[in-house]
Amino acid sequence: MDDRQVPPDYNEVGQHGVFPKANHDERARFNFLASLNGHLSRQVLPGVASAFEARAVKKFSAEQGHEPQTLKEMRECMKSDGYYQTWSSMRRNSMEMRQQAGRSLVLRQINDINSRARTLNDNDEQLQLDPSLTVPHYVSAVDIHCMPGCYYTELTEGDVSAGANYDCGLFATTGGMLGRYSDGGGQAIVQWLQNKQEDYQPKRILDIGCTVGHNIVPLAQAFPESEIVAIDVAAPVLRYAHARARSLGVNNITFVQANAENLEQFEDGSFDLIISCMFLHETSSKALPRILGETHRLLAIGGRVLHVEQPQYDQSMPLFEKFMRDWDTFNNNEPFWGAMHDMDLYEEMVKVGFDRSQMTSVEIAAVVDESIFPSAANDEAEDYGRKPTWHVYVAAEQTEQST
Amino acid sequence: MSNPDSPLDIDHIAEAGRKAKGKRPQFFNLEESERLMAILMAVVGELAVTRQRLDTLERLLEKNGTLNREAIESFHPDTTEARQRGLMQQEYISRVLRILQQEKESLEQTTKSGPEKSLEQVSSDLGKS
Repeated sequence: MDDRQVPPDYNEVGQHGVFPKANHDERARFNFLASLNGHLSRQVLPGVASAFEARAVKKFSAEQGHEPQTLKEMRECMKSDGYYQTWSSMRRNSMEMRQQAGRSLVLRQINDINSRARTLNDNDEQLQLDPSLTVPHYVSAVDIHCMPGCYYTELTEGDVSAGANYDCGLFATTGGMLGRYSDGGGQAIVQWLQNKQEDYQPKRILDIGCTVGHNIVPLAQAFPESEIVAIDVAAPVLRYAHARARSLGVNNITFVQANAENLEQFEDGSFDLIISCMFLHETSSKALPRILGETHRLLAIGGRVLHVEQPQYDQSMPLFEKFMRDWDTFNNNEPFWGAMHDMDLYEEMVKVGFDRSQMTSVEIAAVVDESIFPSAANDEAEDYGRKPTWHVYVAAEQTEQST
Repeated sequence: MSNPDSPLDIDHIAEAGRKAKGKRPQFFNLEESERLMAILMAVVGELAVTRQRLDTLERLLEKNGTLNREAIESFHPDTTEARQRGLMQQEYISRVLRILQQEKESLEQTTKSGPEKSLEQVSSDLGKS
């Protein structure tokens, strides 16, 4: 079939100033993982639904006298199904292989990458690290998406390897659907903002949980007059993000090591655009309301908050789909994923002071150079959570607040 | 401060393969199967890498009649070549994961029109009619 979607070669991934230099086999490894992930989600995954219908639900009903009615029962129903076991095992293995591939590429040249980062970062006021900051328990409880050492571990002084590993493997997890600089999410936000309002020019932007800054750089490029603050709790990714942005010629972002639950260094109403990208699900049920509360306090009148996430589980979502979307909670070290998607985010935002009538949601898909990279918007396969198509929660602060 | 050319102060091979914090889930009934699948998928991956390297060698030899190692390391397929290589990967993966495709087809068949008959059943049916 000639219309098969084929990921581009790893050579097409953008080479900025701190990107690890991959040899032939390292690129081939990522090419393989991109194809494997594509195969698992397009060819293998649909069979999980058939396995549920054809046998697992019948077996469960025969034993229990009823079909599974809760997520717990769904897990019980599926866990002994051989096809589901094999798909799950391969999906887990492909993530572990991606981590090893990224780390082996990065760590063999760790001194060179750290040195390149240092050259771009040294004595720069736009990189503000806070060694006294404690990594919150929701970041340290497990290594998120099976990244050994998570975002925050430093192997040597001034280490950026966590950032480099995160950045270089995004291609494999999404089959190239995030585009040349894995920034299709940021590009999509820019496109949505510019379509909504001509000559839109936010004065001050905050990005919460920025990791390597791949989502905020497109906003910095689209709004060069804006003053941008990007925060994260982890120093290695911030060092990498700052060096990455500088090498791409971006000079209007200040990267700050801070915990989004308490941003007292910033004044009330001091940002007119606040974004987070696939971040809220990496927090906790206690932290989330505090973070939303800070966004409400920091948002200027007339400003907007955008949270890019996957859709919430609601009454209308079939139990099987919820179960599939929940897979990462237990099997990909994303322990808050399920609980967060079960929450009513609008309700949580109302609790911290946002006006329900000023909230909306939109669907966006990664914006990429479609002459080379595959478009997630045109991809019909449903992989329940990995594909870069998102649900954006938008809250505005348009009225005089009684704060 | 480490110099970019100085020897690494970490064991980069061991570090690359480190375990992520968090108990690893077990998907199969036997932990032996879990272990074997992990090893098997790693071999599947490395064979894919070898096949791609072989393809690079062939392309360079065909184009230049000779080659050096640097040409392999810096090989950058054009869009058409990248697509050919991507399709080769897809065919290779479909080949090694054949058993899942066939089980999926059998499951779809069961969902649509009931479980497939066993060969014993078909044989017995044919003996009677």
